Amino acid sequence: MSTVELDMQRQTGPRRGAAEAAPRRGHRFGDPVFRVLTLVCGLLVTIAMFTLAGVLIYDSWPAIRELGFSFLTTVSWSPSSGSYGALSALAGTALTTIVAMVIAVPLAFVIALLLTELVPPSVARVIGTAVEMLAAIPSIIFGMWGLYVLVPFMQGTVVPAVTGSWLGDLPLIRPGATFQGGGFSILTAGLVLAVMVLPFITAFTRDVLLMVPRVTKEAGYGMGSTTWEVLRRISLRYALSGVVGAAFIGLGRALGETMAVAYLVGGEFLNVPSSLFDPGTTVASLIALQFGEAMTELDISALIAMGLVLFAITMVFQVLAQMWLKRAQRTAGGRA
Amino acid sequence: MVGSKVKDSTDGARRDVLVAPPVEVAAAHATDDDFDALESVISVRGLDFFYGKEQALFDNDVDIKRNRVTAIIGPSGCGKSTHIRTYNRIYELYRDHRATGEIVFDGKNILVPGTDVLDLRRRMGMIFQKPSPFPMSVFDNVAYGLRQHYKLSRSELADRVEDALRRSALWDEVKHKLGEPGIALSGGQQQRLCIARCIATEPDVVLMDEPASAIDPVATAKIEELMESLKKNYTIVIVTHNMQQAARVSDYTAFFYEGRIVEFGPTTQIFSNPREKQTEDYITGRFS
Repeated sequence: MSTVELDMQRQTGPRRGAAEAAPRRGHRFGDPVFRVLTLVCGLLVTIAMFTLAGVLIYDSWPAIRELGFSFLTTVSWSPSSGSYGALSALAGTALTTIVAMVIAVPLAFVIALLLTELVPPSVARVIGTAVEMLAAIPSIIFGMWGLYVLVPFMQGTVVPAVTGSWLGDLPLIRPGATFQGGGFSILTAGLVLAVMVLPFITAFTRDVLLMVPRVTKEAGYGMGSTTWEVLRRISLRYALSGVVGAAFIGLGRALGETMAVAYLVGGEFLNVPSSLFDPGTTVASLIALQFGEAMTELDISALIAMGLVLFAITMVFQVLAQMWLKRAQRTAGGRA
Repeated sequence: MVGSKVKDSTDGARRDVLVAPPVEVAAAHATDDDFDALESVISVRGLDFFYGKEQALFDNDVDIKRNRVTAIIGPSGCGKSTHIRTYNRIYELYRDHRATGEIVFDGKNILVPGTDVLDLRRRMGMIFQKPSPFPMSVFDNVAYGLRQHYKLSRSELADRVEDALRRSALWDEVKHKLGEPGIALSGGQQQRLCIARCIATEPDVVLMDEPASAIDPVATAKIEELMESLKKNYTIVIVTHNMQQAARVSDYTAFFYEGRIVEFGPTTQIFSNPREKQTEDYITGRFS
């Protein structure tokens, strides 16, 4: 049916029906009331969103006026010596997020494939539930687990082994000037972030893989394809846009995660980490850790400006994700 | 002929031109075949099928003759689809689905373990009820099986794709949009694309599981016409719930009821002079 026909049906169909079925007076106010109610709720969300952005801008204005663009180009955050720089935190955010995504996306993808295609449904249910429960664990618990389990393990076993081997001379691995043993580091924080975003990406990826029509898969097998070929050449293409969307959702969470990262990343506010084993900081954890120490109005305003930066970054990624998903839906399955 | 009433090449655009499918027993019917003299491509003997503990097919015997169209008819849920889904062992994708008996294809019982299922499925192409283009371009859809089963140069591949599309009566409609997604085509075109994809790999048999039930009458007419030309090179088995369709396109018809083959014979005989009371009741619409 063409869109014109659909439109006509939408316009003429229900209205004619409504005119004929006039006697249901008691119900006449139901729809308008419902419409107003939903409108109000929708507006509230939008208003909250814009108010939040407005407050962030308003409160960070003193810092923006005072510091200007140097806020983004200055490396270190050291209010006591008059240095308000977001760069080390931005670098730390980028690095931890990249580590988390590099680990979590392929792993989530493999788990999702396992759950949808390879293991019997009963096993898939058990594994799927376990993965989903990961999502329900409060982030502070991941922080504590990282602190008591992962940090000693990294510092005692992984880091000495890696830095002692031939890998130890590669860029991003060779310990930098701020190296403190590697326990509290970008890598540790990134690993925990990976575990934290894994369930979201897995669940979303599994759902898009489940949406691949049965008949399309059967047609693939009907062409004499193996399971692997059907997965790679058909299901994956079908689900590609959703998989990317899932990665963006994980990315958004990894960017903003605060407590677990604040525990583990090392709290190095002065330098851009030059290695994954160096300590660092992220925008979110810097805000959390530095608020208690903020003395002057400028200190607080600069921290709020940090918040504004984080807000802007997550917004940009959200918009990109939405645009990608829209485009992917339009050309669904198009790319050859 | 059905096809002459189709004026417009775009499926569905002129749905009104075809008022009702003509009920005629096609002239192409192989009425003077000597059934026993014809080569059987597939011989089914004592086929039983189980969904878990529930038996869906009982002792099916049927012979599928080379370069003939065999129709499988019967009421919903009688096992028509289940029956042809054993031919390429596609049922195996699901747990608890089990077939026993004999399906002799090319001299071998394909139900025994050790059958090369991938090659079997290449040689027994399948068209599904719902058009099932893959999420890729028109060209890549047709090239899918070719890339999988053959080593071809780029130009050979392009030739074989064009050839398959021509033989599926789709080339003229898609030759300028080979790079567009397969799902951008109309439903009828998608189904012919699936036929092109299927015949590109040169199967012996084309299994069609209600290929026209999800598309409009004009597109259906085209597919029926296509079957007529395809049977020169292929053996076709079609499951259909549309008796007129079976009468139009097939040479032989098997009537299924509750998992059993009630009657199997030349289509003309099944429709004009059925031997069994149940067949007659179904044909004349006393139950459906």
